[in-house]
Amino acid sequence: MPLPSTSKHEYITCDPDKCIGCQICEYVCSYTKTGEFNTFRSRIRMVRDHKILITTVACRTCENAPCAIACPRDALKQDPKTGVIKVDTALCDGCAWCIEACDFGAISINPRTKLAEICDLCQGEEDGPQCVIWCPKDALEKTTPDRRAQRSRRKLAREEILR
Amino acid sequence: MHGYSGKILHIDLSERKSWLESKPEKWYQTYIGGVSMATRLCWENITPGCDPLSPENPICLANGIFAGTPVPVGGKFGLASKSPLTGFIGDSLSGSWFSTSFKRAEWDGIVIHGVSEDWVTVFVDDDMVEFRDASHLLGLGTTETESAIRDEFGDDQVRTACIGPAGENLGRISNVSNDGRKAGRTGHGAVWGSKKLKGLSMRGTHGVEVADSEELLSLSLDILEAAQGPHTQKYRILGTTSNVLNMNKLGLLPTRNYQEGVFEDAELISGEYLHEHYKAKTIACAQCPIACEQVGWVKEGPYAEAMSHIEYESLFALSSNCGVNDMEAAIKAITNCNELGMDTMSTGVTISWAMECYERGIFTKEDFECERYPEGFEANFGSGMAMVKLTEMIAHRDGYMGDLLADGTQRASALLDEERDTESYKWAMNIKGLETPGYDARALKTFALGLSVGTRGGCHNRTAAYDPDIKGQVDRFSVDETRGKLAKGTEEYAAVYDTLPLCKFIRRCFTGKADREGAWPAIAKLINATTGWDFDYDDVDLIGERAHTIKKAFNIREGWTRDDDKLPYRWKHEEMTKGPSAESVVTDEELEYLKDLYYEAKGWTQDGLIPKEKLVELGMEDVAEDIGV
Repeated sequence: MPLPSTSKHEYITCDPDKCIGCQICEYVCSYTKTGEFNTFRSRIRMVRDHKILITTVACRTCENAPCAIACPRDALKQDPKTGVIKVDTALCDGCAWCIEACDFGAISINPRTKLAEICDLCQGEEDGPQCVIWCPKDALEKTTPDRRAQRSRRKLAREEILR
Repeated sequence: MHGYSGKILHIDLSERKSWLESKPEKWYQTYIGGVSMATRLCWENITPGCDPLSPENPICLANGIFAGTPVPVGGKFGLASKSPLTGFIGDSLSGSWFSTSFKRAEWDGIVIHGVSEDWVTVFVDDDMVEFRDASHLLGLGTTETESAIRDEFGDDQVRTACIGPAGENLGRISNVSNDGRKAGRTGHGAVWGSKKLKGLSMRGTHGVEVADSEELLSLSLDILEAAQGPHTQKYRILGTTSNVLNMNKLGLLPTRNYQEGVFEDAELISGEYLHEHYKAKTIACAQCPIACEQVGWVKEGPYAEAMSHIEYESLFALSSNCGVNDMEAAIKAITNCNELGMDTMSTGVTISWAMECYERGIFTKEDFECERYPEGFEANFGSGMAMVKLTEMIAHRDGYMGDLLADGTQRASALLDEERDTESYKWAMNIKGLETPGYDARALKTFALGLSVGTRGGCHNRTAAYDPDIKGQVDRFSVDETRGKLAKGTEEYAAVYDTLPLCKFIRRCFTGKADREGAWPAIAKLINATTGWDFDYDDVDLIGERAHTIKKAFNIREGWTRDDDKLPYRWKHEEMTKGPSAESVVTDEELEYLKDLYYEAKGWTQDGLIPKEKLVELGMEDVAEDIGV
């Protein structure tokens, strides 16, 4: 297990070269979080905008999260330790300002309750984010920007040497 | 009832109205979904004997039992109408997000009746049905149409099945496209075109309710893990294109309109070559953890920007079978077919028929003149450029040739032979009007039987009888008394997968064995966790027999007779000269003997009709009343 990075919070990242667009992550997420099979209720979302452009997006746990700042009812609070955004369902009225504030499109409004839903890295699940565990192509990873950058540098170095 | 909503949506394009039909649980237990339920809906809603391009021929969609759940490869739906190509049942399957949206909108099936006065798209938004003007979408390709509709709604969750220009022009080898996948064969595009239906869009927001979701998820995740192992390796790396070299080695790779089974340049059109030089990415259908679709991409040259997923059946038809050794031309031709909305197999085999006519001097350069190519062009075997040009001409019915070829080999050869007193039917490679697949059946005798009796014509997928031949379970060059049972067994085995539907590429991932013993108990568990039923091995096995029987019953009601179970002239009279499958034909005596064995194995009469008691035994009492003997 990697040590927690001090640079920034952990989040789920997707390698678009590996992602095949199968949506298994969405089914596992919606089931884990809501008990139903409904990709509309998934907190991680697959994007497929072109024949070969495929990836998934979940909350990036931004520093000073714009969604939490934008919420007019203070329904979104960021855990200072983990960076995870918690939605207080008693305060949220589904106004969607958080969605407008999020550049990643990582927040969605539940079509039934009309309230905001955001990835919480499966807090409460012993083995961590379920999407990461079940991604059949190992395209998903729980990481920090620092670790992600290290990996990119390693990959670049390897390619440079092998070239 | 779990796993189903119990509701069928009826849409009348003539009256612009819709209504709901409820079905009892017994009906679902008998027909399940996919091609079986779609065919049953067609049986119930068609006017028997109607012209396939008339308002009386309904478009019937039936969703998969596992669509919208995590069950691997279960995101598929069935589509059925009377085929404008064969005049018999046209049942197709497609895997896509369309089916999962369809499921979340809580419909088990959709029946579209009548004909619209103006071009429309129909939008089903959960339980709301909207008819929308489609005039601005006319002429657009399939990908363009889907994105245009998504952009209109500004919502990626609106998923569309649609036709391209080929369907609009009523080409009988056109198809229906969704998310890059196709309900590919038997000419559905023309049926949609005849109704002026450009597209059907779905948005569903409901969760899919199943009997035991924890059990279903756990079963699914076991299969998902197995699907990353050796059982699917072939599909994950090269996809179906790995067949090119395998078939060539066996002397079964259709070459120059099935004149030979060995292509001298097979390396250049192989899956391996595609992988090395043109592969852009591997992608998956909805709910599929295997991912077999290998996307080929031409970056420069005359076919620059061509990009499509490349399957073996598309590839053989639009390369070796046209004598073309240029992978870039093949990728371009396949891209054209997919974007213009045409069956790659029927298109390729129809083009190869025209090339043979050209080589024999029946067609000349002038026959290929059209507005797009006013000078005409030469169309010898091996001309990639001619092949690519013809795909465009067929879609738009350009000139004499585009119009002639747009309806497939059976109609084209009949017209030509009448006009010019030729015998081109002798190299028109179709069965019941549907063009033949990428396995030469002259030297696969069980498969030859399976194809000839196939309810939708020349389709490898529905019979699967190549399996015992290629595996060496039987001598593929000769016939014996085991073949009737084998052909029955393989077609009903395939029908189980086509009805659930599950993609057949998952078949080894249950227990490692692809046979019934390996798969049926696991499939029964999936069905029970979804529906709460108590299905066992025998119930799963019956799914296939019932599915096949309703298709056959449909054909009988449309006038099928024993003589319709036939093979192309070439496979009966002309031997190949090269490779391990040379010097083999299927004689009339062999074929009639095989058909006798098959009808007997099925429990049918010697005329191939179904006894009343057989239908009653399968729980199809009303069908027995209608066509049972």
